[in-house]
Amino acid sequence: MPFDVYLNVAAGGILTGLVYGLMALGLSVIFGVVRVVNFAHGEMMSIAMFLAVVLFSAFHLDPLVMLVPIAAVLFVLGYALQAALINPFVTRPEYSQFLLLVAVAIIIVNVLLIVFGPDARTVQTSYAFDSYQLGPLILDASKLYAGAAAIVFAAGLFALFRFTLIGKAIRACADNYTGALVVGLDVKRLYALTFGIGAACVGAAGVMLTLIVDVTPMLGPSYTLLAFVIVITGGLGSMPGALLGGLLIGLTEALAGLLFTPSAKSMFAFGILVVVLLFRPQGILGKRAA
Amino acid sequence: MKRNSESHFARLTRRSFTLGAGAAALAAPAIGRAAGGPLKVGVLLPRSGFEAGIGQDCQRGVAIAPGIFKSMGLPELAIMDGDTESNVETARARAAKMISDGAQLLVGAFDSGQTTAIAQVAEQNGIPLVINIAAAPDITEQGYKFVFRNFPTAGMILSDAFADQKEVFDQVGKAPKTVVFMHVNDTFGTAMSKGIHVVMPKFNMPYTIVDEIAYDPAARDLSVEVAKAKASNPDALLLVSRLNDAMLLTREMVKQRWTPQGIMSMGPGWYEDQYFKTLGKLADGPLSFAPWFDPNKKLAQVLESALAKAYPGVNLNTNHVFTFEALLVAADAYKRAGTTDPKALADAIRTTNITDNASIGGGIQFNAKGQNDKVKDGGMQNRGTKPVVVAPKEAANAKAEWPMTPYQNRG
Repeated sequence: MPFDVYLNVAAGGILTGLVYGLMALGLSVIFGVVRVVNFAHGEMMSIAMFLAVVLFSAFHLDPLVMLVPIAAVLFVLGYALQAALINPFVTRPEYSQFLLLVAVAIIIVNVLLIVFGPDARTVQTSYAFDSYQLGPLILDASKLYAGAAAIVFAAGLFALFRFTLIGKAIRACADNYTGALVVGLDVKRLYALTFGIGAACVGAAGVMLTLIVDVTPMLGPSYTLLAFVIVITGGLGSMPGALLGGLLIGLTEALAGLLFTPSAKSMFAFGILVVVLLFRPQGILGKRAA
Repeated sequence: MKRNSESHFARLTRRSFTLGAGAAALAAPAIGRAAGGPLKVGVLLPRSGFEAGIGQDCQRGVAIAPGIFKSMGLPELAIMDGDTESNVETARARAAKMISDGAQLLVGAFDSGQTTAIAQVAEQNGIPLVINIAAAPDITEQGYKFVFRNFPTAGMILSDAFADQKEVFDQVGKAPKTVVFMHVNDTFGTAMSKGIHVVMPKFNMPYTIVDEIAYDPAARDLSVEVAKAKASNPDALLLVSRLNDAMLLTREMVKQRWTPQGIMSMGPGWYEDQYFKTLGKLADGPLSFAPWFDPNKKLAQVLESALAKAYPGVNLNTNHVFTFEALLVAADAYKRAGTTDPKALADAIRTTNITDNASIGGGIQFNAKGQNDKVKDGGMQNRGTKPVVVAPKEAANAKAEWPMTPYQNRG
């Protein structure tokens, strides 16, 4: 098979993987700070996807233009969810948190089904059929824009956590919960902010995915599962790990589809997960539990 | 005398009441069915889910039927709509629910997997099922007594498709030497894949299959599949697909700047109105070898006219024609049976002989297995945002064009 085929498929896989990485980044941020596993992650992303579809079909607003506003809506939703619903569960047993968030996920899927029905919806932008050619490399314009937006959004998030006071305060909560309380940080508000930031990440990823895939209410559970595969592979709680995991899974799916059979490409992503769990249970960039 | 007579009447009534009431109760369902007005037909289609576009297209064939049946002197049908949600288990459950809700005959269900499930329910309940569209051969190989199919099996589709392809190659004076075979890995796609390897050698085709790529019918991204096909550098693509994946494949070919000489589909997807509407000029060129209507038949022209009136801008296609013909079989059988009794209806369907139909082939008759073996494929090419018939020559209304205009040169 010619080398340019591998190059093109790998490039497509990396671009899709960047969006997957951003989606998983949200899950990783929430777990890293709040220590709650968001089992409604993919479902929250499908809310963002439907917002993008509705805004496009009603007002012809390009999803890339709506990226920040929709991420902001998801931030508010995430903040409210944490402040009103999840905060009381933070100190409860993990199974209790699990049941709460699974219930939230089921409610989201069914509300979307009631409102939008089960049919696939698509966003047909003016650049939907465009591609860029650089020598032998052909890049899908939609994936390229989505991948670039994912990099910008992730860079902004890293900057927020590293250079702002709020970011430092959130990291303090993650590093030492008691210490954060002792120095007078409003931990509950910071948890809500963190959940909002995680929701904004998955919202932004959802908006970008509308450029690549058709949208249905049933997408949520499969993306929740994918986010878990990515963060466990990259290292639960590790932000660079989530991005690396996304890239690895995107690339693996693409190359496995090319080298083996396309209908079994997801199997290879799970294969990587099994290998990581066997030989590095904390994930590629995760820290071993003390 | 009068008293005796009254006494005799009274005695007769008392002694016979229980027996008479029991007999009446036993006879009631049959009498009710016979005199119960229009035949209740449950039409099961994938009206939502990933096959929703095609299911809703089939529904158009249902919608135009009443007016045409009236003009043909056929009895009225009471249609009960059912949604399989493009899901086998939902199809099974909805079929059972429809029967419990009073459906006296079922029609459906476009998809082989869903239809297989419905056929099991219909047979168990002794309710006739007239299949509109479903090609998996096994459905009419189970010895079912209540299942009838006015649609070719995968083997029949393939045999006709290869014959029609050769006719097209003769017309254009060119033929591909290599093809990549891409197919969905659902019941229909898998049956077609198996069939191709059995049937193709018998036709001495001018091409060889250099690669076979199976994919999930609900796939959200087919970029890898298209890249893999492109890498084999075939002259043409041979396909068994559905609507959503047909659109995804076309989008990917455009994005990856690849136009094969020809796209030869042996299933749905490429001739659908939604395909034309979504892709515009990019929809032109693919050939579909599938069951179709004969544009020269009178009933096909009536259907075209009725569809144009009810749905302006919608082209008549397989979905409309075979769903309409399934209802035609039901109405014709009901008229001849004169009853809604399921067994009598099934017997009437078994002796169907409709020669004035719309699809390509020699009319509608069912063999001992419940299969219409007179129905034939057509070869259609997308041209000017509608499909035209290019083969077989007795049903053709246009000449084929080969190769396709490259996607990048379409303005």
